[in-house]
Amino acid sequence: MNWSLPENIATYGGKIDALFWVITIVTGIAFVLVEVGIIWFCVKYRRREGHRAYYTHGSKSLEVLWTAVPALALVALGVYSASVWAYIKGRDAAPSESLHIAVSAKQFEWNVTYAGADEVLGTSDDFSTRNQLHFPVNRPILVWLEAEDVLHSFFIPQLRVKQDAVPGMTIPVWFEATKTGDYQIGCAELCGLGHYRMRARVTIHEPAAYEAWVGEQIAARAASGEPTVVAASADLGNDVGDGTGQHAGHDHSAGGM
Amino acid sequence: MLQKTRLLATVAAAGLVWACGGGGDAGGDGDAGDAGGETAAPVVDPATAGAISGLIAFEGEAPAAERIDMAEEPECDDAYPGDGALTQHALVSSDGMLGNVFVYVKEGLGAGFPTPSQPAVLDQENCRYHPHIVGLQVDQPLLIRNSDPILHNINTQPSINRGFNISQPQAGMETTRDFGMAEVMIPVKCDVHGWMSAFVGVVDHPYFAVSRGDGAFSLPNLPPGDYVVEAWHELFGTQTANVTVGEGATAEVSFTFNAGMARNAVVPLGDPLIIKHAEDGSLTAVREPADD
Amino acid sequence: MATIVAEPTGIPVVEEHHEMSFIRKYIFSSDHKVIGIQFLFLSLFFLLVGGLLAMLMRWQLAWPGRPMPFGGLFPETMAPDGIMLPEFYISLVTMHGTFMVFFAIMLLLVGVYANYLIPLQIGAPDMAFPRLNMLSFWTAVPAGLIALASFAVEGGAAGAGWTSYAPLSGMPEYSGVSMGQQMWIVSLVLLGLSSILGSTNYITTVINMRAPGMLWTRMPLTVWALFITAILGLLAMPVLSGGLIMLLFDQTIGTHFFLPETGGQPLLWQHLFWFFGHPEVYILILPAMGFVSEILSAGSRKPVFGYKAMVGAIVAIAFLGFIVWGHHMFQSGMNPVLGTSFMVSTMVIAVPSAIKTFNWMGTMWRGNLHFHTPMLFAIGFVMLFVIGGLSGIFMASAPFDIFIHDTYFIVAHIHYVLFGGALFAIFAAIYYWFPKMFGRMMNDRWGKIHFALTFIFFNLAFFPMHTQGLAGMMRRLYDTSGYTHTADLQGTHLLITISAFALFATGVIFAINFFGSMFRGEKAPPNPWNATSLEWQTPSPPKHGNWEQAPVVYHGPHEYSHPDVTDKDWLAQNERPDVVSPAGH
Repeated sequence: MNWSLPENIATYGGKIDALFWVITIVTGIAFVLVEVGIIWFCVKYRRREGHRAYYTHGSKSLEVLWTAVPALALVALGVYSASVWAYIKGRDAAPSESLHIAVSAKQFEWNVTYAGADEVLGTSDDFSTRNQLHFPVNRPILVWLEAEDVLHSFFIPQLRVKQDAVPGMTIPVWFEATKTGDYQIGCAELCGLGHYRMRARVTIHEPAAYEAWVGEQIAARAASGEPTVVAASADLGNDVGDGTGQHAGHDHSAGGM
Repeated sequence: MLQKTRLLATVAAAGLVWACGGGGDAGGDGDAGDAGGETAAPVVDPATAGAISGLIAFEGEAPAAERIDMAEEPECDDAYPGDGALTQHALVSSDGMLGNVFVYVKEGLGAGFPTPSQPAVLDQENCRYHPHIVGLQVDQPLLIRNSDPILHNINTQPSINRGFNISQPQAGMETTRDFGMAEVMIPVKCDVHGWMSAFVGVVDHPYFAVSRGDGAFSLPNLPPGDYVVEAWHELFGTQTANVTVGEGATAEVSFTFNAGMARNAVVPLGDPLIIKHAEDGSLTAVREPADD
Repeated sequence: MATIVAEPTGIPVVEEHHEMSFIRKYIFSSDHKVIGIQFLFLSLFFLLVGGLLAMLMRWQLAWPGRPMPFGGLFPETMAPDGIMLPEFYISLVTMHGTFMVFFAIMLLLVGVYANYLIPLQIGAPDMAFPRLNMLSFWTAVPAGLIALASFAVEGGAAGAGWTSYAPLSGMPEYSGVSMGQQMWIVSLVLLGLSSILGSTNYITTVINMRAPGMLWTRMPLTVWALFITAILGLLAMPVLSGGLIMLLFDQTIGTHFFLPETGGQPLLWQHLFWFFGHPEVYILILPAMGFVSEILSAGSRKPVFGYKAMVGAIVAIAFLGFIVWGHHMFQSGMNPVLGTSFMVSTMVIAVPSAIKTFNWMGTMWRGNLHFHTPMLFAIGFVMLFVIGGLSGIFMASAPFDIFIHDTYFIVAHIHYVLFGGALFAIFAAIYYWFPKMFGRMMNDRWGKIHFALTFIFFNLAFFPMHTQGLAGMMRRLYDTSGYTHTADLQGTHLLITISAFALFATGVIFAINFFGSMFRGEKAPPNPWNATSLEWQTPSPPKHGNWEQAPVVYHGPHEYSHPDVTDKDWLAQNERPDVVSPAGH
């Protein structure tokens, strides 16, 4: 069993993880206090013949105490959380030097559009990949998140990032990785029968390797003469049937199916 | 509301079929699915039966193939070594013939052709549909099979039939469905693999075919008469021809498609996403045509 | 000091009762007790259904893609060759939540006990609107049956989760479900109607039909909780109904309230749903808190510690419950500034729950604890509800919610609150009021075994889900083994599944005890727990009209171990006008 969070590779992940430990300690104290208290009471005040319960309707001072202490603790936690929240998800929280990437979620794929060499989205050197997100390490990334059909949720556990993708909205979400490597995007919002398989590979490159990868992609697309925006293009087929579905070229005569 | 009407229609149709008994199935007798249409025997006199055959030609330059990005589906990607899987928007042979065109008799036939009991098969293998174009008769079973060890869903999007959206998470799974009304064509897609696409043509008689790689097709065993024949291609649209079939004769008909008829082969992602930088440093994203 | 303000209510206590046919008496009965018992059978049935659906899900999670035992019973649209399909799994997720929330827990808490207890505890002969009450039950029945029948229609049952987020829920082309989703909507609109009818009745009854001397400050906490719950239901349910009808229109006649292409807004559904949904969460816990307060007090032989604070906490929770809905939507894409304000209100709402917890401990403190089965379940409630409450603080913190939102941590949380919380309180209530309902005791030894096993397997089944959530495992996945960060959690799934099966099996012990005791249990005296509130001061089960003699109330609801009462350790609300008790002022 796992008792902690996955590896953190986000610059702001430390703030989230610290919050986790603070809440764990605060709630842990309350947990122990209550559970031990109840068990202790159960033992100590268990029924004894001839014994009579202490008749009381409460205690003002005690009640004020256990109203005030949780209230103060929770408000403090709220204020602390609010600052972290604004830093991560505030409207203009993304650093200005961020690299812009557009991510469009659809049942059940993540289509990623890159700004190309000029690093400006919406120009002719943009290109798209399917189910692959590449970006450089140590640079803030600003993802413009959209959904084509239903709700999805963009979740990379190690980057401590999660944001619902909503049809009709373009939602900015930023993060900065501190480490290269291969990770995964998962879909965290139920989006239909393929929800469980809606995942994509995340590749975090060294900056130079990222440049090289972008160059390769542009070159490959130029070579094939195809437009660079192709992610959603449909396969229009190369397999000739005889019109009956009794498909001759591939023999799937596995018996008993 | 439309759906309710459709449901009623389906129920009524199903009831009718049931009420008429299994006569159609009895006539099917095994190989009924063949495009030739031998199964139409009860209404076709073999002594007078004719046929239609022909070629589909293509003029101009065929749209280029594109590489399909299957990198995140290794079970499928491995089946396409070298350049990887390519799309083929149009299957054009070296001598300019067009394959994968669905040809069928659109007008001129009576009703009451028996329904074959032999299923048409739509297989999913290496993240592609085989065949790409399936023809079958109204109420004829369509056997959908997954030959891949990964999830596919089969999302049919008919206009007049009731569609379905079902999944096959494991290799070897088979599902049978049918369509109660004639419809050309019903698109089929897999939402897990956006490139996967097939089309199902449903007609209420056995006179349909899909052009082969050399552009040839034939509709045999037709009763003599005047017919309207339609050829459908997913990119280049439809064409029709009037054909007269004489007793025991084979009528020739040819269709020619050209590149100018192509609908946009690339499914656009919409206008590019433009990021606007306001003076106060805030950013907004809008979709509008790019400046350059 | 001890003068009794005995407002005459003008309600005749013993009415003329004609002999009624079986159908009038047990089927279309307008007697609140019969209706409560009808709701009990109905909701226990749906508890069983919801549990069975959960067992199927657990099979799939532990052994993904393996044929289920008895899987051959399912049609190929659900499980060909016994192998569960993803769309069926999603229907199971959806309908498990729907049945448990709306048809099991909510009906058990409110349908059963508001009906059964309110008139008895306030000293009334019946509800204010008995026929409305009957209608409320007979609306809930078709609602449940429609939801159940939706499994059989083409496309299967609803598959967009119990929250039915649009656009997935509004567009059959995306979900593959059309008729099932519409039946889900119709079912919940009907249930909402049932709930609104019931709420109107409960509110009117509590306001107008209290016995002479039953001051607001002398109402048992159960009545307080049910009264406030009814207000919540009356205000929240219509919002859900409105949203549901909009969703139905989106599906059937092409309105686009929640679909963006033509100006709709998917987030609107979430706002409407959670504006209902969060008060609903409290509908599902406030009555439980009322039962537990009362049972802990009776089991500890002590008055409830801080009665007024307890009432205040219920009211505060109800009020705050309407301004925290946005905490379900921190990651939804709504303005993050809104997230901050919802975070603050959410932190505040934890305070009344803390007050209640400490007051329960205060109630046990220096008591004389009788560990009968209801008491054990009540103590179990406090121990488990605390875990559910504290885990809620993790989610209330919006930045940490970024990580755990839509993970198994949420699944663990909701089950600690709804199973460890509400259902434990329901078990306590069933064992506690069973003798009143059926005139026989449930077997205490088997009750204790039921409690012990339930407590153990509940924790084994649901606690590990916290750890899965912390590892980042998302909810509602048909197969979690495909992600690198969750692939090695399959062992945890196995532990959970085996514990869940065992937990389900403990239900068999309960069922045997429940039905066995109904016919063979020891005959119950009117007041088996030596409890103080009015329902115990009339025969078990009470006759039609409830009272042989109209009760007049002199004391607070939980007067145990009063020093002026020496012959016993309890003081019924309607006896000994000579004794002064604090709430009698």
